[in-house]
Amino acid sequence: MIYFDNSATTQALPEVLDTYNKVSEKIWGNPSSLHNFGEQAFHLLEQSRKQIADLLHVHSDEIYFTSGGTEGDNWVIKGTALAKREFGKHIITTSVEHAAVHNSMEQLRQLGYEITYLPVDNEGRISVADLKAAIRPDTILVSIMAVNNEIGTIEPIKEAAELLKDYPKIHFHVDAVQGLGKGIEDLIFNDRVDFVAFSGHKFHAPRGTGFIYGRRGRRIAPLMNGGGQEKNQRSGTENLPGIAAMAKAIRLVLEKAPTAIETERKIKQLIIDHISKFDKVVIFSKNDKTFAPHILCFAIKGVRGETIVHAFEKYQIFISTTSACSSKSHDESGTLNAMKVPEDVATSAVRISLGDQNTVEQAEQFVQVFDKLYQEFDKLS
Amino acid sequence: MHYTEIMVRYGELSTKGKNRKDFIKQLGRNVRAVLHRFEKVEVKAQRDRLHVALNGEDDDQVIAALQGVFGIENLYPTIRIEKDLETIKRVVLQMAQAQFTPGATFKINTRRQDKHFAYDTNQLNNLLGAYVLENVDGIKVDVKHPDIAIRVEIRMNGAFISAETIHGAGGLPVGTGGRATMMLSGGIDSPVATYLAMKRGVKIDMIHFYSPPYTSEQALNKAKQLTSVLAKYSGNIQFIQVPFTEVQETIKEKVPEGYLMTIQRRMMLRIAAEITKQRHCSGVFTGEALGQVASQTLESMLAINDVTTMPVLRPLVSMDKEDIIKISKQIKTFDLSILPFEDCCTIFTPPSPKTRPDLEKSRKFENYIDVAGLMKRAIDGIKITDIKAGEEFLNQDQDVFAELL
Repeated sequence: MIYFDNSATTQALPEVLDTYNKVSEKIWGNPSSLHNFGEQAFHLLEQSRKQIADLLHVHSDEIYFTSGGTEGDNWVIKGTALAKREFGKHIITTSVEHAAVHNSMEQLRQLGYEITYLPVDNEGRISVADLKAAIRPDTILVSIMAVNNEIGTIEPIKEAAELLKDYPKIHFHVDAVQGLGKGIEDLIFNDRVDFVAFSGHKFHAPRGTGFIYGRRGRRIAPLMNGGGQEKNQRSGTENLPGIAAMAKAIRLVLEKAPTAIETERKIKQLIIDHISKFDKVVIFSKNDKTFAPHILCFAIKGVRGETIVHAFEKYQIFISTTSACSSKSHDESGTLNAMKVPEDVATSAVRISLGDQNTVEQAEQFVQVFDKLYQEFDKLS
Repeated sequence: MHYTEIMVRYGELSTKGKNRKDFIKQLGRNVRAVLHRFEKVEVKAQRDRLHVALNGEDDDQVIAALQGVFGIENLYPTIRIEKDLETIKRVVLQMAQAQFTPGATFKINTRRQDKHFAYDTNQLNNLLGAYVLENVDGIKVDVKHPDIAIRVEIRMNGAFISAETIHGAGGLPVGTGGRATMMLSGGIDSPVATYLAMKRGVKIDMIHFYSPPYTSEQALNKAKQLTSVLAKYSGNIQFIQVPFTEVQETIKEKVPEGYLMTIQRRMMLRIAAEITKQRHCSGVFTGEALGQVASQTLESMLAINDVTTMPVLRPLVSMDKEDIIKISKQIKTFDLSILPFEDCCTIFTPPSPKTRPDLEKSRKFENYIDVAGLMKRAIDGIKITDIKAGEEFLNQDQDVFAELL
């Protein structure tokens, strides 16, 4: 099997599951309990937090555990809206965000907030000039994704952060669900980014794990009220097995990152070089430092994305239409639409997303299958 | 650039007349104790300074360890090289380049112990200065207030070059100021008071009162953990835990509410003073600061201090809380101190303790309890632990966790 759908989810690694199981079996006390047994769980929780903070070069008290990327995005966006509603009701985001951001924004719009969606260029990238023009005195939040999940564009986070230094009251949120272990941590964690959301299962941790970074001194309202966990910001008994497993997964993924990124770039280049020779192929992703190493989006004109996915699936090669989360409900890609790609091309797009388990040999097999399938498609259209 | 040795300049102990020799010897011992884990390091304590030869050990780590030792004014990381002019020139230039920031001024400061060396002090100053001037763009000479002072020493056994000056902890070597006990609660103040006592050369034994089941095992471990942090500045510390439950329960039962706190403190000090005497220590340190809480008014101190003639020393007495917190962050005890475990000072506190207790009444109410018997049983129950720097008490699962994570 060749798994080229790592942006949808990744395999939980055996050593990560080992931690999950051991913690579930042995350290199952409630971190909030007063007794020793609970205390031990509390220590493990805090040590996990510290390990993640250290690996990302931030403070321990800036890490808040969540159930995943969707929760992180929902929390920061609605939490900001709640906490800062006295100061304004205008929010800026991009037109290529993941549904977790986009639909949170839409819900706020129904509640009376105004949302500005920034346009993107033909590479899916916003311009900082547009951002600047969109800022108003009542703007409370700017939310920009680090890496586009459909075509892999790296958004100009650093430049946006530079601009936002002139607007210190605005919260700056970055959806970095596709951005861990891809060599862009420096770009995400700078001194003007206030919040960053991550999802565990995108880097070999179990489902239902995730965390946000929340800069010291920045406040958002909690969405989960209850027993006061996570400094009263996110109540609910901590998913300690998942959290410890995620802390380990981050360590492993960052250890592997330098070589993994190199391999991913090679694989991506090999595939690009090969498929770009075909007339009907349109490639949307680049392989330079303006794009993440692991995502490659392309279309075969005249063939529906869904058809391509199922054709590859027969060869045990798993790729996806543009975003797994919404690919069952929509045929079109939000990002490609925003890039003004014609509808008939956009519906033919598929996404390859690589991970640290993929190899160059797999890429070679992929292109052989691609040749075969292309011929068949060619005959049909 | 890796340093080969570290030259240590003594602090005020250089001025201590006849005691000087003892002071230097003690500092040598303390430095050796701190550097124990660096096997190859050699320490030589001489009259005017102390030499630490690294012999390949990591310079940053050794410097970090030395920075915690009291009695050291400055550290000069040094490179020892052959007494050969070309080599000296090269290393001096490297150091100048490493320290240079645009617009910086420098001077060469040569000392020549080896009078047979081919160049004298002035010649060396000129030669080396000229060489740096030529090869570092934009550097200027300033012999009065240079930004970079490059020290060159020509000794019998080699040339020693240094440019960086690192501040030491100052103070006096621990052990030269006698031995005393410290009443350590676990709050923010007492660790800071301990640190300041150590800084004046005092060797400290910790006394900690604990009242199970009113106080948790965690509170005791927290006090031990604080001690292990403080041991970094002094070497091993004897930690004396005193069971205080019976005393507190008896006081609660027999003494009027307004005087609960005063009598408790009197008993604590009595016990601490007795332990101090038995251990041949010469004073009791506390973390009290004037006016912070009910027990820390002058009237309270009078009523409490009444129980002993042993000197009770309060290094924080006139300090503001803010300044205390600043030091506690600097010595890395703050984060531990604020862990929310109840200690025996916070249990059984009456809603409105007397801020101006009356001395006569305090004495009278104390007669309601069996002072001698309670003291004896508490002191018979003490347990002493030898605590090493960096020992882990609060989170003993760390190894297990390390494997999991």
